[in-house]
Amino acid sequence: MKDFAALFSAIDQTTRTTAKTKALAEYFGHASDDDKLWTIALFSGRRPRRAVTTTDLRAWAAEEAGIPLWLLEDCYPIVGDLAETIALLLPPPETVSDLSLSHWIGELRALHDIAPEDRPARIRAAWAQLDETERFLFNKLITGGFRIGVSRKLMTRALAEATGQDEAVLAHKLMGSWTPDRTSYHALIEAEDPAADQSRPYPFYLAYQLDDPAAELGSPQDWQAEWKWDGIRGQVILRGGETHVWSRGEELMTDRFPELTRAADFLPMGTVFDGEIVTWDGTQPMPFNSLQQRIGRKTVPKKLLKEAPVILLAYDLLEDQGQDLRDTPLRDRRARLEALLADLPPEAPLRASPVIGFDSWDGLAQTRAEARAHRAEGVMLKRRDSPYLSGRKKGDWWKWKLEPLTVDAVMIYAQQGSGRRANLFTDFTFAVWKGNELVPFTKAYSGLTDAEFDRITTWVRRNTQARFGPVRQVTPEHVFEIAFEGIHESPRHKSGIALRFPRMARWRQDKPIDEANTLEDLRDMLSTYG
Amino acid sequence: MVSGAAAPIVGLMTEPVLTFTDRGIYCPAGDFFIDPWRPVDRALITHGHADHARPGHTHYLATDAALPVMRHRLGEITAQGIAYGETRQIGGAQVSFHPAGHIPGSAQIRVEVAGEVWVVSGDYKTTPDGLCEPFEPVRCHSFISECTFGLPVFKWHDQRSVASEINAWWAANRAAGRFSLLGAYSLGKAQRLLSLLEPQGPILTHGAVEATNAILRDQGYTLPDTTHVTPALNPKEVPGALVIAPPSALGSQWARRFRPASTGFASGWMRLRGIRRRRAMDRGFVISDHADWDGLHAAIRDTGAENIYVTHGYTDIFARWLNERGWNAQVVPTEFGGEEEDSAPAEAAE
Repeated sequence: MKDFAALFSAIDQTTRTTAKTKALAEYFGHASDDDKLWTIALFSGRRPRRAVTTTDLRAWAAEEAGIPLWLLEDCYPIVGDLAETIALLLPPPETVSDLSLSHWIGELRALHDIAPEDRPARIRAAWAQLDETERFLFNKLITGGFRIGVSRKLMTRALAEATGQDEAVLAHKLMGSWTPDRTSYHALIEAEDPAADQSRPYPFYLAYQLDDPAAELGSPQDWQAEWKWDGIRGQVILRGGETHVWSRGEELMTDRFPELTRAADFLPMGTVFDGEIVTWDGTQPMPFNSLQQRIGRKTVPKKLLKEAPVILLAYDLLEDQGQDLRDTPLRDRRARLEALLADLPPEAPLRASPVIGFDSWDGLAQTRAEARAHRAEGVMLKRRDSPYLSGRKKGDWWKWKLEPLTVDAVMIYAQQGSGRRANLFTDFTFAVWKGNELVPFTKAYSGLTDAEFDRITTWVRRNTQARFGPVRQVTPEHVFEIAFEGIHESPRHKSGIALRFPRMARWRQDKPIDEANTLEDLRDMLSTYG
Repeated sequence: MVSGAAAPIVGLMTEPVLTFTDRGIYCPAGDFFIDPWRPVDRALITHGHADHARPGHTHYLATDAALPVMRHRLGEITAQGIAYGETRQIGGAQVSFHPAGHIPGSAQIRVEVAGEVWVVSGDYKTTPDGLCEPFEPVRCHSFISECTFGLPVFKWHDQRSVASEINAWWAANRAAGRFSLLGAYSLGKAQRLLSLLEPQGPILTHGAVEATNAILRDQGYTLPDTTHVTPALNPKEVPGALVIAPPSALGSQWARRFRPASTGFASGWMRLRGIRRRRAMDRGFVISDHADWDGLHAAIRDTGAENIYVTHGYTDIFARWLNERGWNAQVVPTEFGGEEEDSAPAEAAE
């Protein structure tokens, strides 16, 4: 654990990506295969099976620290991380050991096989021989969510440096449903495996937002435009007689979207599509909140299947007849995509996402302005001769979204954030006027600078009117411009409306609160855009 | 202003020794305030930090050791000095100042009226730092204590181990051809860090830090040689130097002349990873001039006081804990540093 802790410290003690990559590459150069495998797993969002509940962990930690449980619970939101809170509270270790990362993961796994009453002693024994940093990491293995300043991209780059393999090839190897329990470092990274996991997706190619004028992209003839849908980015994979559906977050979502498995009835095996999963009313996508109902459910009741059926609006073909097409130019991939999907019957759960014809950037800008009527957020621009790259890259793909909708609203409640934002008020509830009353209608967490959050935090502390647990009611005094992507009816909210992706666009220090918008203004927006 | 029950009354006194008003902590028997936050006639000041020594009072009283910095920060003030341990009668109150171990010149203020003793801690730390007058426990009936770090997650490591961390960081930066930019408050923390550095190259200081250095050196505090960063200074002539500046200067144009650099920040808040990351510095050194959890307990225990009034910091949590452990503890709202990170706004202006 010492060398893993040293790796963590090296990463944690710098803000430079190059220094982080270097530390990680060095670690990959000398760590054991088991430790490397687990490090790759942890930094790609995998974790050991949960060995103990956090409720138990809190109780044992409080006992070990000699403090009442409430005191630990009160420290937690201030520290912002349970694993760290516990590491800071425990008394100093009695002995030191240098057992490996994979040893401790094995120890956690072994907890499943021992009687529940014997588990606390095992955890205590671990704490007693780990120092503060090692304990933090050990606790992190239990509580999950191993986000410590290393993105998957950074980890993949370091692994590429350490192994001499191509970064994109490695990124592909690390996709899919592997776990360290069922593979080895050799099988995952080193072995040439033609019989790779049948369900393995390709790394998604992600676009940046277009900030410069579109005309600077050059001739319109070199570009393909499509609607930018507001759904779930997904890959539908037809291989080995089965259909697999992956989200961009690399979650296997096949069971959630049983409609899509029927793709196999209409299309040959050895085919992989990239596209947008949307709920579909027969002619166009339904509002995002209908899709939201589907996302949360692992099994879908019949009624919902009928009310909110999904399809894939396919916009790219990554594999055809078992052949990886990613190096083929988009124009050719598009032609093959259209050929594949051209003659499908209407009940097929896939359609080609239409290409928007345009011959001038001005013309396209006009079409883009109508995006909301098409249930789209804007348009996508893709260079016709571009390959399908991996990860977020500039140059060949751009998203050109509509300007967001905005309202001016009054801040009425504030709550502290966690993690990096612990001890800082960052989570706010906003209200609009209904007569003389302020009615809450949305929360927002993002959009301000650190300096602004610092200032508003000081202000919240001095202007708290009441406390409801962690929530503070504050004097209505500050107006913020709230930007959002969509608005829809919601009986669950007091205001009767819900926003899509609300965030703070600006702190309107120039505006008194009586100039904030009204609920009526929001209702007008709902009838226009909802 | 005491929330909940009124301050305890001893004997036949009708008025407590100290009360809590919207201008600050007040002594009716002596008609003076301690660290008031609105202008008053007579102010007793624990130490020179901006949230305790505010401008606008008619008369100031502080330790002889604290006064030079206060005069520097507050300009023309009418002030008297007092030695540590010296007793002075003010109206019906006997007053004395005792070392608080927070920064050079800092004091706890003891107030005795008709045999009843109250102590106002100001800011304090219980472990000696080798620079300022070490903390001295004072027996009392009622103790008004800060609790900036009144949570059990705050436990400081030995000063020597933090010093070697900082020195090792400096050495590694020198070897890599980088400057070491260390953020620290200009009064107290900066000088404490200076006293912990092993001489291994030039030490440069921001104007706010150097002004305080000069005053403290004049008073006889021992600090290593430092060089004030002026526009004439050529960074190329001082490769591998360590630069001490207030945190606000580190992110500014001022610091940009020192490149490449590794940045560090020294504060008790660096104990928390979230806050460390928010600072976006390369390194956070956990070193504070406030008492940690164990220090607060030791101080409170050693006063022998039954009544504890907790002011700035995690007051609600700390008071609840003290009450569960048998003290009579109450939260007193004040306008000292509060829950905020210990960044006095005046630091930014300097």
